[in-house]
Amino acid sequence: MPLLLTGFRLNLLGRFLALAIAALGIDLIWGYTGLLSLGHGVFFALGGYALAMHLKLQIPVETQGVAPLPEFMGLYGVTKLPLFWQPFYSFPFTALAIVLIPGLLAAVLGYLVFRNRIRGVYFSILTQAATIIFFNLFNGQQKFINGTNGLTDFRTLFGATVSAPQTQFVFYVLTVLLLVGTYALCRWLTTGRFGNLLVAIRDDESRVRFSGYDPTGFKVLVFAVSAGLAGLAGAMFTLQTGIISPKAMDIAFSIEMVIWVAVGGRASLGGAVLGALLVNYGKSLLSERFPDIWLFFQGGLFLLVVMVLPNGLVGWVRSQGLQQLRSLLGRRPAVMTYPSLETDPEVEQERQTLSKHD
Amino acid sequence: MLTGLVDGILGGIGIGSVLLLAALGLAIVFGLMGVINMAHGELMMLGAYTTFVVQNVFKSLGGDWLETYILFALPLAFLVAALMGLILERGVVRYLYGRPLETLLATWGVSLILQQFVRSVNWVLVIGLALFCLFFFGGMWLLSRRADWQRLRGWAIALLLPLSLGISAVTGNILSQTYKLVVTKPWFGAQNVDVTAPKWLRSGFSLGSFQVSSVRLFIVALTIFCVVGIYLFLQRSPWGLRIRAVTQNRSMSACLGIPTQKVDALTFALGSGLAGVAGCALSLLGSVGPNTGQNYIVDTFMVVVVGGVGKLVGSIVAAMAIGTLTYLIGSDAFRPLLTAVPPLADFFTFFSSTSMAKVMVFALIVVFLQVRPAGLFPQKGRTVDA
Repeated sequence: MPLLLTGFRLNLLGRFLALAIAALGIDLIWGYTGLLSLGHGVFFALGGYALAMHLKLQIPVETQGVAPLPEFMGLYGVTKLPLFWQPFYSFPFTALAIVLIPGLLAAVLGYLVFRNRIRGVYFSILTQAATIIFFNLFNGQQKFINGTNGLTDFRTLFGATVSAPQTQFVFYVLTVLLLVGTYALCRWLTTGRFGNLLVAIRDDESRVRFSGYDPTGFKVLVFAVSAGLAGLAGAMFTLQTGIISPKAMDIAFSIEMVIWVAVGGRASLGGAVLGALLVNYGKSLLSERFPDIWLFFQGGLFLLVVMVLPNGLVGWVRSQGLQQLRSLLGRRPAVMTYPSLETDPEVEQERQTLSKHD
Repeated sequence: MLTGLVDGILGGIGIGSVLLLAALGLAIVFGLMGVINMAHGELMMLGAYTTFVVQNVFKSLGGDWLETYILFALPLAFLVAALMGLILERGVVRYLYGRPLETLLATWGVSLILQQFVRSVNWVLVIGLALFCLFFFGGMWLLSRRADWQRLRGWAIALLLPLSLGISAVTGNILSQTYKLVVTKPWFGAQNVDVTAPKWLRSGFSLGSFQVSSVRLFIVALTIFCVVGIYLFLQRSPWGLRIRAVTQNRSMSACLGIPTQKVDALTFALGSGLAGVAGCALSLLGSVGPNTGQNYIVDTFMVVVVGGVGKLVGSIVAAMAIGTLTYLIGSDAFRPLLTAVPPLADFFTFFSSTSMAKVMVFALIVVFLQVRPAGLFPQKGRTVDA
C-alpha cells in the first residue's frame, strides 16, 4: 500500500486510519452498548492536546536565564511554565496521559450520569453539552493553550523532525500498528462474556439489572475505554496533521464520528473501520471538488444512512445484500432457515413423530 | 450592590424568556414522541430569515408600513416553520418512531441541509427543486393510481428518481448558463443579515433606577402570550386533550380511537411553528446567520433536560433558572455580594464571561441531575424506566 501512494495521499490515509481508531471506540459504545455519545470530540481533542503539549516542550534550552516556553505564551505575558504543563516534559507520562486523561474524564462523567440511570437521548444531550462546554473552556484559555488557534508548529520528537517525510512514514506505520492493536482489543472485549453483557445492556438494560448485574460499572468502563481510544486517535491524528485546535471539539465533528460507524455498520468492528475510511475518503474527494455545497452531501449522507441503510453497509450485506444481488441476477431467493435447527436431533425426532401420525 | 443583582435578574428574565420560547416547541415534541429534533435550531433560523424577508418587503412598500412589519412577520414565521416541520415529520421522522437515536442523527442531517440551503439558495436551486418535486412526486402520484402499484413501486422509484434529478439538473444548468448572475446570485449568502426592530421597539424606558429595553419587554410579553396560548390549547381544545392523552400513553390512546399519526404530525408542526416564533424574536436581538440555530440548540436541550419531560411548568422554571443563572454569573453580578470572601469572589470572576458562565451552569446541571435525575417535574408513571 505505501508503495502505491504519493506522500500526500499516504499522509491522508494515515489520518483516516487514525480516525478509524476513534470509530472503533464509538462502535464499542454505540454499536455494542447502545449509548450514543455525541461528546467524543472532547476525548479526541484531549488526547491530541496531551501529545501536542509534549511536542511543544521540545524546545532548545539554550535561551539563557529564561525558562524555555512555547512561543505563544510569550505573546500573552506568561513568564513561567504553568504547573499543568510541567509533567508533559516526560514522554512516558505523555504516552499514558493520551489514553488516561480522556478515559478518566469519561469515567467521572459516565459515573455521574449512569449512576442515576440517565440514558438514551438524555445521555446524548449531556455529552453534547459537554462538548460545547469544553469547546468554550479551551477556546477561552488564550494564555495557556493558545485558545482558538490551538497548538501547532511542532518541531521535533526524539530528535527527529516531525514534518519530515521519513518521520511521517514512521507515524503512518505506527498508526497502522495501533489500529491493528485496537481492533484486537475490541475484538477481545466484544467476543467474550463482557461483550455479551454489553449487547444485553443495549437490548434490555432493565432485564440485565433484574438478573443481578449492575450495569453502571460496565457502562462506565466501556465509556472510559471508548474515550481512551478516541484520545489515542486524537494523538495520532495530531501527529499527522501537525495541529490540534478546539475545532476538534465542535459538535459537528463529534456527530460526524458517529456517522462513520453508522455508514460502515453498527455492532461490527470491521464496519466501523470501513465506514471511517470510506466517509473520510469521500469527504476529502467531494469537498475538494465541491467545497461550496459539501454540507448538502453530508446532510444527505446522514438521512440516507439512517433511512435506507439502518444497519450500515456491513449490516446490509449480512442481512439482505446477497439476497438482493441474487434477485437482480434473476435467481430465486434462497429460502433461509436457521441451519442449527436442521441438525438439531430434537427437531429431527419431532418431525419423525409428526410424520408417523399422518 | 442590590441594584446589580436586580439588574441581573431583569436581564436574566429576558434571556430566560428567549430560551423558553426556543425550548417550548422542543419540549412538547420531545414529551409527545420522545424525539429530539436536532433541526429545531434551524427551524428557528428559518423563522428569523422569514422576518428578514418580511422586513425587506415592507421596506420596499415604504411609509408607515415598516413600523408594523413585525406583526406580520410573527404569524408568517410561525407558518413557514410549521410547514417545514410538517414536511420533516411526514418525510423523515415518522419512519423513525421508537428509534430516538436514529431520529437524532437524521434530524441532524436535515439541520445541515437547511443550513447550507439558506447559504446557497438562489433562483436556480428553487426552480430545480420545484421541477424535481413536480416530476418525482407527480409521477409517483400518477403511477400510484394503477392497480399493480405495489409491484411497480420499486421500479418506479428507480426510474423516476434519476429521471427527475436529471431534468432538474439540466434545466438548472441551462438557466444559469443563459441568465448568469440574475439567477445564480444567492439570496442571503453566508454572511449574517440584520433585522432592525421597528421604531416603537427601539427605545427603552426607565423604571425607577432600572433601564428596561422595549425589545426585551416585547419578547417577554410574546413568551407569556405563547405560553398562555399553548396552555389553553393543551388544556381546553379537543386536540390538546388528544395530545395529552398520547403523551401519557400512546398505545392506550390508539386503542381508544385517537388518530396518533395525526396527533404526531400536528404536534410536530406546532412545535416547529413555535421555533419559528422564537427565531423571529431572536432576530430582534441581533443579527442572524446560517449558524444562528446552532448557538441555541444545546441551551434549549438543557432546558428540556432540567425541566423534565412533558410538563410545561418544568420548562418555564428551567428556562428562567438557566437564563438568569447564566446571565448573573456571566455579568459578574455575584462579586459585590462576595467581597467578604475573596477566594469565592475570585472564583466567580474566573467564570464571568458568557462562555465561561455556560461552563459553570453545565457543571451545576450535572450536579442537579444527581439529585433529581428525571428533571424538576418528572412524569409520574409505573413503568420500570420512568
